[in-house]
This record gives sequence, C-alpha cells and structure tokens, in this order.
Amino acid sequence: MIPLSWFLILAAGLFSIGLFGVLARRNAVAILLGVELMLNAVNINLVAFWRYGDILLMTGQVFAIIVFAVAAAEVAVGLALVISVYRRRSTVVAEELDLLKW
Amino acid sequence: MTGEQVIFLIVGAVTLIAALMVVTVRDLVHAALWLVATLFGVAIIYTLLNAGFLAVVQVVVYIGAIAILFIFAVMLTRRQAADTGAALNKNWWAGALMAMLAFAGLIFMLQSWSGFQKQAAAIPLGFDAVNQLGSALTSPAGFVLPFEVASVLLLAALVGAVYLAFNKK
Repeated sequence: MIPLSWFLILAAGLFSIGLFGVLARRNAVAILLGVELMLNAVNINLVAFWRYGDILLMTGQVFAIIVFAVAAAEVAVGLALVISVYRRRSTVVAEELDLLKW
Repeated sequence: MTGEQVIFLIVGAVTLIAALMVVTVRDLVHAALWLVATLFGVAIIYTLLNAGFLAVVQVVVYIGAIAILFIFAVMLTRRQAADTGAALNKNWWAGALMAMLAFAGLIFMLQSWSGFQKQAAAIPLGFDAVNQLGSALTSPAGFVLPFEVASVLLLAALVGAVYLAFNKK
C-alpha cells in the first residue's frame, strides 16, 4: 500500500512547480497555466486526505469538486481578460502591462 | 514494493516532468499540451486514491474544456515577436528560490506531523463512493448550499467572460 506521505510530497512538488511558473513566466497565458498546476496540487491533497481519513465523510471529494468549478470560472475570466488586453495593447507579456505602475 | 507503488512512482515522475515542461518550454501550444499530460497524470493519481468519479471529471472538465480553452487563447493572442522573446523573466532565479523554499517548508511542516506515514484503511464492503458523493452534494444536511453557490459562481463567470471578451467596435 502507498503511504499518505507519497501523495503529499507529489502534491507539494506540483504546487512548487506551479508557483515557479506563476513567478517566472513572462506570458500571461503561461502564468494561468502555473495557476492550474497549483490548483491540481491542492486537489490531490484534498482527495488524499479524504481517502486516508474517514472515508464515509465525503467532505474532501465535495471540496475537490468545488475547486474544479472555481478553476473553470477562473480560467474563463482570466483568458477573457487576456484576450481583451491583447485586443487593446496587442501584447500579453505581463511586464509590458504597466499602465497602473507609476 | 507492490504494484500500486510502482504505478504511483512512474505516474508521479511523469506528472512532475510534464509539469516542469509546462513552466519552462517556450512555445505556449507545447506548454498547453504538456499541461494535458500533467492533468492525465493527476487523473491516474485520483484513480489510485479510489476516486474514480473525480478522475472522470478531471478528464472531461480539465482536459476536455480547460486545456482546449488554453490552446484557443494561445492561438488568439499570438504575435510573431512573442515567439522570439525569452520564456522566463529576468527575476526567474528569485521565483525558483521561492518555489524551492515553499517545497522545503511544506516537507518540513509535514514531516513533523504524526499522521505523515499513515496507511489507508480498507474500504468498507458495499461502499459506493459515487452514490455517497451524490447524496452529499444534494442533501440539505450535506453540501447543497455550496453546490448551489458554485453554480451561481459559474453563471457569473460565464457572463463576466462574455462581457470582457466582447468586441465593442
């Protein structure tokens, strides 16, 4: 059998890779890709805690489904923002979008 | 080492390598395709955790909808000069340092927890996870309120995305 620690270490690694993507990528779409990786790492943790805790309590799986819905909403609004920005400024590089920077 | 452990190690390694490719590869279409590989790996991890329904939802929602949406967005926001620039910004080393610190901190915190090496309890006979999940999502004693709030959130996101991406000219 697989101990709980393996899943938690995998999720921690996936989260850290996603964090690196968010902090280091230049393209706004690539930053959103990093956010997706982080949300998936969180979901692995939620499902693992459901399986290794009380299996009759469905809280972990329900929470994972809510995270699915939030991720879908986040991607839809985020990509709409990126497309809108591209239409006005014709760039999606995050450091060139400095209109609010004084 | 049991068969489950071998499968976990292979899938976990492929998932992490694919995730690294997502954040480092320059061509964004390739990055989105590597994201599909990562999401498939996570779906297999769900199956290893006896959460079959979530594995199906992962494939349908994440790979079928979100990853395809990413590929569309990459194609809609492409310009010639974007492919020649660097993939990472000039402070990428600070980002890598932060990510490593986060990973080390997480592992350090988890190791001090007594349940870290816990083994999974056997699934009770006749336990139907999909049935349980369905009744938990729809019973007033369960999670019917968060479930309905999530549907309102999706509607708001739908309207917001259409408004933001709508071309007013």
